[in-house]
Amino acid sequence: MKVSLFITCLTDLYAPTVGMAVVKTLEHFGCQVDFPADQTCCGQPAFNNGYPEHARTLAQRMIEVFKKADYIVTPSGSCCAMIRDHYPHLFADDEVHQPEALEFVGRTYEFIEFLTKILKVDLTPYRLPEPVDFTYHYTCHLRGLEMTGDPCIGLLRQIGNCRFVPLEKAEQCCGFGGTFATKYPDISGAIVRDKVQCGNRTRAQVMIVNDGGCAMNIGGAGHRYGSTFAVRHAAEIIATALEGGKDNARR
Amino acid sequence: MPVAEPHKKVAPPRLALPVFVPDFMASASAQSANESLHTALDNSVTKKDYSRRTMLAALPDADALRALAGNIKRHTLDHLDYYLELLEKNVVAHGGQVHFAADSQQANDLVIAIARRTSSHLIVKSKSMVSEEMELNHALEAAGLEVVETDLGEFILQVDQSHPSHLVMPVIHMRAMEIGKVFAAHFKVPYTDDPPTLAEMARVYLRNRFNEADMGISGVNFAIAETGSVCLCTNEGNGRMCTTRPRIHVAIMGMEKVIPAMEDLPVFLKLLARSASGQTLTQYTNIITGPKRPDEHDGPEEFHLIIMDNGRSRILAGDYRDTLRCIRCGACLNACPIYRKVGGHTYGSIYPGPIGALITPLFNGLAKHKHLPHASSLCGACYEACPVKINIPEMLILMRRDQVRTGITSRAERWIFDLWTWGLRHRWSYRWGQVVQRLVLRRFPAKDQWIAKLPGPVAGWTRVRDFPRPPRHDFRYLWKEHQAAKQATHGRGATP
Repeated sequence: MKVSLFITCLTDLYAPTVGMAVVKTLEHFGCQVDFPADQTCCGQPAFNNGYPEHARTLAQRMIEVFKKADYIVTPSGSCCAMIRDHYPHLFADDEVHQPEALEFVGRTYEFIEFLTKILKVDLTPYRLPEPVDFTYHYTCHLRGLEMTGDPCIGLLRQIGNCRFVPLEKAEQCCGFGGTFATKYPDISGAIVRDKVQCGNRTRAQVMIVNDGGCAMNIGGAGHRYGSTFAVRHAAEIIATALEGGKDNARR
Repeated sequence: MPVAEPHKKVAPPRLALPVFVPDFMASASAQSANESLHTALDNSVTKKDYSRRTMLAALPDADALRALAGNIKRHTLDHLDYYLELLEKNVVAHGGQVHFAADSQQANDLVIAIARRTSSHLIVKSKSMVSEEMELNHALEAAGLEVVETDLGEFILQVDQSHPSHLVMPVIHMRAMEIGKVFAAHFKVPYTDDPPTLAEMARVYLRNRFNEADMGISGVNFAIAETGSVCLCTNEGNGRMCTTRPRIHVAIMGMEKVIPAMEDLPVFLKLLARSASGQTLTQYTNIITGPKRPDEHDGPEEFHLIIMDNGRSRILAGDYRDTLRCIRCGACLNACPIYRKVGGHTYGSIYPGPIGALITPLFNGLAKHKHLPHASSLCGACYEACPVKINIPEMLILMRRDQVRTGITSRAERWIFDLWTWGLRHRWSYRWGQVVQRLVLRRFPAKDQWIAKLPGPVAGWTRVRDFPRPPRHDFRYLWKEHQAAKQATHGRGATP
């Protein structure tokens, strides 16, 4: 299966190891991963701030760059939701580009969604070298991806040594919201402090955050105010478990 | 040609909605640091949000019910002229009188005229958001009439001379202690903060006012076109007292409150109380059709229905028609992470929270409330909570677009987005941007790879949290390394 990785600008620059964990996981399950180097941004910041024409320019570019891909997989929930929820509307009045836009949308998946819906992976044979308690931040944009029911938690729980601790107010936004975080820092700060406090109360060592922006936000607030958990992308946990190989679980 | 005389003050144009907090940013900053408010809101609105979830999850198919409610509203709004005429016809057929008001001033004048004609002096009132929109109490008092709010929360606000901070829980921002002080001063009694004692004080006082009142004013939760009825949902029973005891009943509604038929009502009743307060039904659900009949003992002698536009037909004609579906349940407020941190007053309008952030600028103009559409993380909790499926985040984005198009957004920001988009249209400029970002950011002091203070556009970020220091190598570099390593392994594997 040929999979093209859409890394997203934040992950590219700030969390490259998340990208590598995604690559290793996909390759482990037999995908032929490729990285179209021309990719830049999906246009989400422009769209959210009220510049749909700008977003459309970048959307058209995305469609072009990923033309040859069977599947497009991205580790960032909000970028995926931008494509899935808003690209169809961006091209609604454009008979020429709409078909390829819809077709592109249909091939785009969020990382966990791809593992559960397309690859249908089974992680029960794998385990982490050390026991880890993890909690899970429900990133808001999963709402648009029909990923309620948290398949990510289910998937991680298959891994040996990986225990789930529920998070208080799990459905409450972390306060990132793109430019909102810098335009309204006081409100955003109050929301993310709440998230860090809820995370600390779980006593989990790891908070799973599958979105580049939310991870920067919760991680940064955690460092400022003191958190007892590390912010990780699910791909990092999965890749670590896969590294041990199948036999690891039986030992 | 009339020329404004410099020595005469020109009255500013009347806004459709009253505005009572002029500076959004100052209020937002203050409330964001108000941890006792956050705790209070978590104990009330956040809990209500969880009750709503539980109650809706217990329905066989809540999502289908919400879709149905949304579609009924959409249909009604698409044919609003027809249903308003039908409503008028049927109210009149049952002995009621219907008045249309173009704006809140006309609506206030209508109420005053009815009061004068019927020699009404004392007016009791049940909770109504549209009357807040009209600032009805001010208008009535200015006309020399006495008006008493009878919903406990609204009564407290009237005594305290303050504004509601929530659509259904108007005094959610006040603690029992504060209410105790207000009551002690008003009733001239010793201070207490015991909620049952405070409620009893209000109850005894209001009971007498109900008996003495000439006129009762109510809002309308739903107006049923087919039967000419109005439906009122309350929890305290004061609505029933206001609409049955006095000689005159005046019901006031925004023109979007009409629904086609009685068979549509249960759809909304099922959703309203569940969404608002996690109840299956409100304690009292009144369906009122016209005044007292000749053979009836109770009820008012006259029934008036005032249907107010106040900018709604303008909203109806534009891109934001869906906002008129709102049934004022407050579920979006309870679900909103922003509302939970800043409370209702920061929005500066009687309509706070996500729906308020949308409709306040629609009523008063986008330039007047330029922060409201932006002070949202677009998390979508409001859309998920809305019982009539108003896509609030999508419309907030639309409103941001309209701000850009009408030049309300600063020219600087528009240039930044032009430049940013241009930069992302080319691989080289994207790469260049990333490299510069990394080089610049790596020059700032960092602790554990986190930067505590940054200038310029990210100063806001580091005011409340740290910023990550970009690692030495980006993903593209790691990817190349990975490809090289794979090729090397592949090459070794191929050699016999």
